[in-house]
Amino acid sequence: MNSTRITEKNTSELVRKGLKRRYRAERRFRFMGIAALCISVLFLVILFGSIISKGYSAFFQWKVRLNVFVDPARMDVDNLASADYAGAVKAALRREFPEIRKRREKRLLYRIVSIGASYQLRDMVMRDSSIIGSTVSFWAPLDDDVDIYLKGAYGKGSGRLKPLQVRIIEKFRQEGRIKKVFNTTFFTAGDSRDPELAGIRGAVTGSFYTLLVTLLLSFPIGVAAAVYLEEFARPGRWSDIIEVNINNLAAVPSIIFGLLGLAIFLNLFGLPRSSTLVGGLVLTLMTLPTIIIASRAALKSVPPSIREAALGVGASRMQTVFHHVLPLALPGMLTGTIIGMAQALGETAPLPMIGMVAFVADIPHGMTDPSAVLPVQIYLWADSPERAFVEKTSGAIMVLLAFLMAMNGTAVYLRKKFERKW
Amino acid sequence: MFHTLSRLFCLSVAVTGLLSWSQFSFAAERDYISIVGSSTVYPFATVVAETFGRTTHFKTPKIESTGSGGGLKLFCEGVSLNTPDITNASRRIKKSEFDRCRANGVKEIVEVKIGYDGIVIANSIKAPRMKLTRRDIFLALAKNVPDPSGAERLVPNPYRTWKDVNPSLPAEKIEVLGPPPTSGTRDAFVELAMEGGAKTFPWIKTMKKKNKHHYKEICHTLREDGAYIEAGENDNLIVQKLEANPHRLGIFGFSFLDQNSDMIQGSLVDGVAPEFEAIADGSYPISRPLFFYVKKAHVGKVPGIPEYLREFTAEKTWGPDGYLADRGLIPMPDREREKFRHDALNLVPLEGI
Repeated sequence: MNSTRITEKNTSELVRKGLKRRYRAERRFRFMGIAALCISVLFLVILFGSIISKGYSAFFQWKVRLNVFVDPARMDVDNLASADYAGAVKAALRREFPEIRKRREKRLLYRIVSIGASYQLRDMVMRDSSIIGSTVSFWAPLDDDVDIYLKGAYGKGSGRLKPLQVRIIEKFRQEGRIKKVFNTTFFTAGDSRDPELAGIRGAVTGSFYTLLVTLLLSFPIGVAAAVYLEEFARPGRWSDIIEVNINNLAAVPSIIFGLLGLAIFLNLFGLPRSSTLVGGLVLTLMTLPTIIIASRAALKSVPPSIREAALGVGASRMQTVFHHVLPLALPGMLTGTIIGMAQALGETAPLPMIGMVAFVADIPHGMTDPSAVLPVQIYLWADSPERAFVEKTSGAIMVLLAFLMAMNGTAVYLRKKFERKW
Repeated sequence: MFHTLSRLFCLSVAVTGLLSWSQFSFAAERDYISIVGSSTVYPFATVVAETFGRTTHFKTPKIESTGSGGGLKLFCEGVSLNTPDITNASRRIKKSEFDRCRANGVKEIVEVKIGYDGIVIANSIKAPRMKLTRRDIFLALAKNVPDPSGAERLVPNPYRTWKDVNPSLPAEKIEVLGPPPTSGTRDAFVELAMEGGAKTFPWIKTMKKKNKHHYKEICHTLREDGAYIEAGENDNLIVQKLEANPHRLGIFGFSFLDQNSDMIQGSLVDGVAPEFEAIADGSYPISRPLFFYVKKAHVGKVPGIPEYLREFTAEKTWGPDGYLADRGLIPMPDREREKFRHDALNLVPLEGI
C-alpha cells in the first residue's frame, strides 16, 4: 500500500516534468502539419491562378461587324457550297478602305478578319438563298492575332500586327464596329488550326463516348469480379494469386495498356484506329483494378451479421448477396467507380499508341468515328505555334478541371449520403 | 437492385456485341483520309486538311502526330485499309524504309515535297542579337572539339563562354536549349549546323572519306556537360524559357520564331538572319525540306485522296502567297513546285532512293 503511493507520486512527478516537452512536441507537430497543408494549398493556388489568369480570356472573343454585298456574280446557284465567299468578304473590306491599293497592303487588310467570316456567309446563303444580291450585315470573328492584340496579350506592342493593321483596328474600334462577346464557338466547334474557330466540342464528345464504353464495361465486370472474389471464391492459393495480380495491375504504368490495346484491339481484332471504342477498351483495362479493389473494400465493410441473418432466415447465398450485401456496398462501389472514371478522363499516356493523339476536325458521331479526347486536345494545343492557342489551352484545362471536380464532388456526395455507420 | 445490375450486364453484352460486329464492317472501308507522321509537318498538313474538309463534301482527314520515323513505320506496314494513306516526314524516306515498304506490298509511293522549314537559333529580344557562324555553333556545342592549340586532335570541349569560342562574341556562359535526340529538328540541326561547322576544319573534312563513322560521331555528338540543355519536344516551352532567361539561346523551327517575334529574335548564322526570304532563297544555311508520301494503292479505295493532293499543291496553298506561307512554311522555287505538283496530280511513283 505504502510503496504504491510512493510510485504514484513518482509517476505523476515524472509526468509533470515531461509535460512541457510533450506539449512542445505536439505544438511542433501541429505546426508542421499546418505548414504542409499551407504548402500544398499554395501550390494549388499558383496552379489555378496561372491557368485561370491565362485561360479566362478564351471564353471571350472579339468580333467585327461586316457589311458584305452578296454578289450574284460570285454565286453559282447550282453549286452554292463552293461559291467564292472569301472573295465577297475581301471585296467588302476593299470597299471600306478604298485608299489601300498596294497588293501587300491589301493582304494585310484581308488578314484582319478570320477565314471564319466566309464560312459564316456561306451558311447564311445556304440557309436562305434569297439574300443573294443584297447586302448582309453580320458579326464575324476577327483573326487570332487581332483577337489577342485586343485582349492585351502583346502588352503595349502590336506583336505580329503591322502598323497599318493596327490603324484599321483602331478605326473599327472608334466606329464601335468591334465588340467583345462570349465565345460560343469554343463550346460548339470541333478542333481547328485557326485558334479563333477552334472549339472543344469534338474532344468533349470523344471523352464522353470513351467514358461511356469504359463505364459500361468496367463497372459490371469490376463489380462481378469483386463480388465473386469476396463472397463466393474459396480462400486459397488461387485467389491469393489473383489478388496479387489485380493489385499489380493497378500499379502498371498506363502506357503498357496502350501497347496491349495496339497489339490486341487494333492488330488482332482489326478495330478502327483512333476510335473512341478502342480508347474506351484500353481505359477499361486501366480502370478495372481500381474498381475491383474499391468494390472489394466496400463489400468487406458490410458486417458479417447481415449475411448471417439473411442465411439464417433461409436466403440462398446469391439472394444474400444481391438482396442484402450488394445494396449496402453499392455506395462505396460507386465512389470507387467515379474516381476510376475521373482518372480515365484525365489519362493520355496510352492514347498515342492507339492513334488518339490526332487532329480531328469533325465532331464524332459514334464510337467508331476517329476522335480526340479532352486531355489530348490540351496537349495538341499546347504544342501549336500560334500564340492564340495559349489561352485556348488554359481554357480547355479549366473545362477539364471543372469536369473532374464535378465527378469527384459527386463521389464525395454519394459517400456522405449513403454512408452507414455500424 | 438485382434488376439494375442485370440490365447493366445486358448493356455490357450489347457493347461487346457491337465490338465484334464492328470488327467485320469497319476494317473493310473507311470514308476519311488517314494521315500520320512528322510533328513538324503537322501544323501545315492540318491547315490543308481543315480547308479541304470545309470546302469539299469529303470528311476532314484525320492527322496523327507520330514523328517522321513512327509515321513511315505505320505507313509501310501494308496496303490494308487499317494502315494510313499518307505519311508526313521532315526528312526524306530512307532506303531501309523504302525497302521495308516494298517488302510489305507497298510498291507504289508518291513523294511530294511541300517546302522548307528553317531552323533558328534565337534569344530574348532583351539581349543583344547574336552573330554566329556554323563554326562557332560547332565549337560551342560539340562534345569533342579540335585542340585550341591547333594540333590535329580532339579534346573534350573546353569552352565555357561564347567569348572563348570567338573573341567577337559576348562573354556569356554557353547555354543552349534544344530538342532531344528523338526529334527531327535535332537531326536536321546536327546535320546542317554542326556538320557545316565541323567541315571548316580541313582535317575533319578529309576524315569524311576515310572514316565516315568517326566523322559522323564528331559532328553529331552534342555536349553533355550542361551547355546543351534538352528541353523536350515542346517548342513553346523553349520560347517561354528564353523569355525568362535572356542569357540563353534556343533551337527550334522557324514558325515559332515567326509567331513570337515580339519576344525573341533569331541569331544571324554566317551573317544571314533567319527571315522568310533568306530561307526561301537558300542563303540562310540551316533549312531542311519537308515531305509527304502517298500510298497509291489506296487511291480510289479511300475517297478524296486526289482532291486532297489538288488542295495541297494549289498555288493558293503552298505558293509564295499561299496560306501555308502565312503559317511559316517556306515555299519551294517555282520550278520545284511545278515538278512536285505534276508528280502529285499524276501520282508518279518513286522509283528508288
